[in-house]
Amino acid sequence: MRTRQRYIEISVGFFMLFGLLGLLTMVMMVSGITEFSSSKGYQVTANFTDIGGLKVRAPVTVAGVKIGEVTRIELQPSQLNARVTMMIRPDKQIPYEDSSARILTEGLLGSNYISIVPGFEDQDNKSHPYLRGGDVIAKTQEAIILENLIGQLLFNVKK
Amino acid sequence: MLELITRFGQVGIGSLQNLGRSGLFLLRVLTRKPDFRRLWPALCIQLHFVGVLSCLIIVVSALFIGMVVGLQGYNTLDKFGASSQLGQLLALSISRELGPVISALLFAGRAGSALTAEIGLMKATEQLASMDMMGVDPLGRIIYPRFLAGIIALPLLSLIFSAVAVYGGYLIGVQWLGVDAGSFWSNMQASVNFRVDVLSGIIKSVVFAFVVIWISVFQGFTCTPTAEGISQATTRTVVYSSLAVLGFDFLLTAMMIGGW
Repeated sequence: MRTRQRYIEISVGFFMLFGLLGLLTMVMMVSGITEFSSSKGYQVTANFTDIGGLKVRAPVTVAGVKIGEVTRIELQPSQLNARVTMMIRPDKQIPYEDSSARILTEGLLGSNYISIVPGFEDQDNKSHPYLRGGDVIAKTQEAIILENLIGQLLFNVKK
Repeated sequence: MLELITRFGQVGIGSLQNLGRSGLFLLRVLTRKPDFRRLWPALCIQLHFVGVLSCLIIVVSALFIGMVVGLQGYNTLDKFGASSQLGQLLALSISRELGPVISALLFAGRAGSALTAEIGLMKATEQLASMDMMGVDPLGRIIYPRFLAGIIALPLLSLIFSAVAVYGGYLIGVQWLGVDAGSFWSNMQASVNFRVDVLSGIIKSVVFAFVVIWISVFQGFTCTPTAEGISQATTRTVVYSSLAVLGFDFLLTAMMIGGW
């Protein structure tokens, strides 16, 4: 009786262990440890005249490398353009002066993402060399919308 | 004609009464104050029964389902030259849908029906009634450990299912059909998000565990205490739990995609 109870306890222990191993596999191998600390970072905003199909949680990249994600998209009532708030990882410093943000598309039909093109590092501007929380990226380029392009093309072909 | 409508009304009232009774039953089980010293050995035995002994069927079916999804996915994706996306297809379909749902269905067939039959037989042989007479509460002593064990076991089983099924897909896709191992894993890891995909699968399987174990324990506890009654209760357990799992799956998926 005693040994049976012990056998049951051991097998239940192994079962729990295998279950946790399954969780670990799903976390490490399958989802590849996505950033748990994605809420840390600094927020910058940019105003776009048209964001196309940009969504919250879309990646923010510099030179194709992901450095953050879009956290909020809202319409500014006064100017009727879209204000996009993005969270950027704190260890990524981007020169403030002359940086611009573009909305691009992954492949021909993929999802939209934001690409930040860094400006030059301004040696004179010692007080504000890098982007920091609350900054607004002044230069932006709206999303390229395929339908508009096709429309323009057709319009030009007719003429 | 009026007879037919009367029958219809009776069925409606009967099923509503049943639903209410099962709700009250659940409430009474859940508000039980567990005696942890007594609970642990019983819980251990039940975990062994519903968890450890279900492992084999879960692992074997997970392996085959992973392999089938891998094979089917490869054949379809290869037409578009997108066979490197096999990992993504496999991991998303398994972690979001197949893992929780199929392990819940297997669990209902393997463990839920056995629980119903066991409790039903206890009722038929008047063990539950004699417990009541001795002042031992059958809800706390018999039902509660089984309830808890089911809720612990099924999420773990579905995690094992998902991991093994992904491995089965890997075996087929990478080892047999020759998808590049690097693109298999990297595409999978890039597209699967822990919070959105894996966690929603775990939440689903917790809900399924609750539903399946509730139905099977209630059916056992309220069955007609005859041989025929037990067999009917066992059948009802499997049918109701399978339907409830599939229905709740739709509901939960709609909620998760809708961004609750």
